[in-house]
Amino acid sequence: MSMSRARTRKRARMTVVFAGLAMLGVSVALALLAFEDNIVFFYGPTEIVEQGVEPGQNFRLGGLVKEDSVGLANDGVTNLFIVTDNNANVEVAFKGILPDLFREGQGIVALGALNNEGRFIASEVLAKHDENYMPPEAVEAMKRAGTWKHTQEEGN
Amino acid sequence: MHKFANPTKFMKVANALFPVFCIGFIGLLSAGLYYSLLNSPEDYQQGHTVRIMYVHVPAAYMAVMIYAVMASCAASSLIWKHPLADLIARSSAPIGAAFTFLCLASGAFWGKPMWGTWWVWDARLTSVLIMFFLYMGYIALLNAFDDPQRGVKPAAILALVGVVNLPIIKFSVDWWNTLHQPASIIRLDGPTIDGGMLTPLYIMMGAFTLFYLMLLVIRLRAEFAAARIRTIRILGEG
Repeated sequence: MSMSRARTRKRARMTVVFAGLAMLGVSVALALLAFEDNIVFFYGPTEIVEQGVEPGQNFRLGGLVKEDSVGLANDGVTNLFIVTDNNANVEVAFKGILPDLFREGQGIVALGALNNEGRFIASEVLAKHDENYMPPEAVEAMKRAGTWKHTQEEGN
Repeated sequence: MHKFANPTKFMKVANALFPVFCIGFIGLLSAGLYYSLLNSPEDYQQGHTVRIMYVHVPAAYMAVMIYAVMASCAASSLIWKHPLADLIARSSAPIGAAFTFLCLASGAFWGKPMWGTWWVWDARLTSVLIMFFLYMGYIALLNAFDDPQRGVKPAAILALVGVVNLPIIKFSVDWWNTLHQPASIIRLDGPTIDGGMLTPLYIMMGAFTLFYLMLLVIRLRAEFAAARIRTIRILGEG
């Protein structure tokens, strides 16, 4: 008799634990869905172009550095390049030191705001790297074999 | 399973396995360090900096795994009141917290040269920082009471609440835009790390796991010794 009562209590505790976890999971999921706009670290060029962000409003822009778009402005210190998601493009100007991984075809995240001409004036540029890790020789071999698939090539 | 819930039987097995953990850890760590530092290729983009991965990824893996162990033990200490489950959870917490710190620190050292920043508030980094605070909160709550037994239940509930954070950590890089890159090992289409780098990484993950088991046995021994001292004191006073 006392044995079965103990078992009932254990079952009741188990129900409470799992029901509690399930409800907690649902509420956290709802909260995360509601705050999705604040959790994303950056916006892509398509979102920027479609949503029409006000000039002067700070946000982070993320995407790939477009091939053959990197250059210097006439002052000789401001870097100019285009960030693309292969759908929309945003022109970016950045006065400062670019990270080592910055190169054409590379993913980057820039913090700044649009000016009145729709150019993104960045105050900080971070490089993103992707999930692929391999030695340089493997990349060379894949390029020779024509099986090299990378954002750099897809951007063209 | 309930047979090993008996602390004496459990410790008998744990003590027998302890030398295996120690020797395995030293062996795997030596091999892992040799391969990861000296005999593995550079990355085509990151160069030698990629070697931080051999500490960062195993530390992150351990941080999440130990949290899962701690939370399962917290659940079973709440439901079945197994004293052993509580001891394992309590002994694992500082180890998990240390691995989380190692993960955050090595990530910062990796982020500075590669991304250009020590820290950003993206979903992956922030959710791991929250896990670090959960570990800290668990340890603090456990030790907040004069009677050590009174902290067990609230701390266990906190550990369980923190479980919702584990899938968030894992999938943060898929659900939201983050600066942190997506998963490289546990993904549907298989790892995206070259074999020459994956082997040392697995060896290091094995070494870190054995290190955890080794520390766990040592800490459990200390917990049992402390319990015995408490009993002797109470008997002595009575």
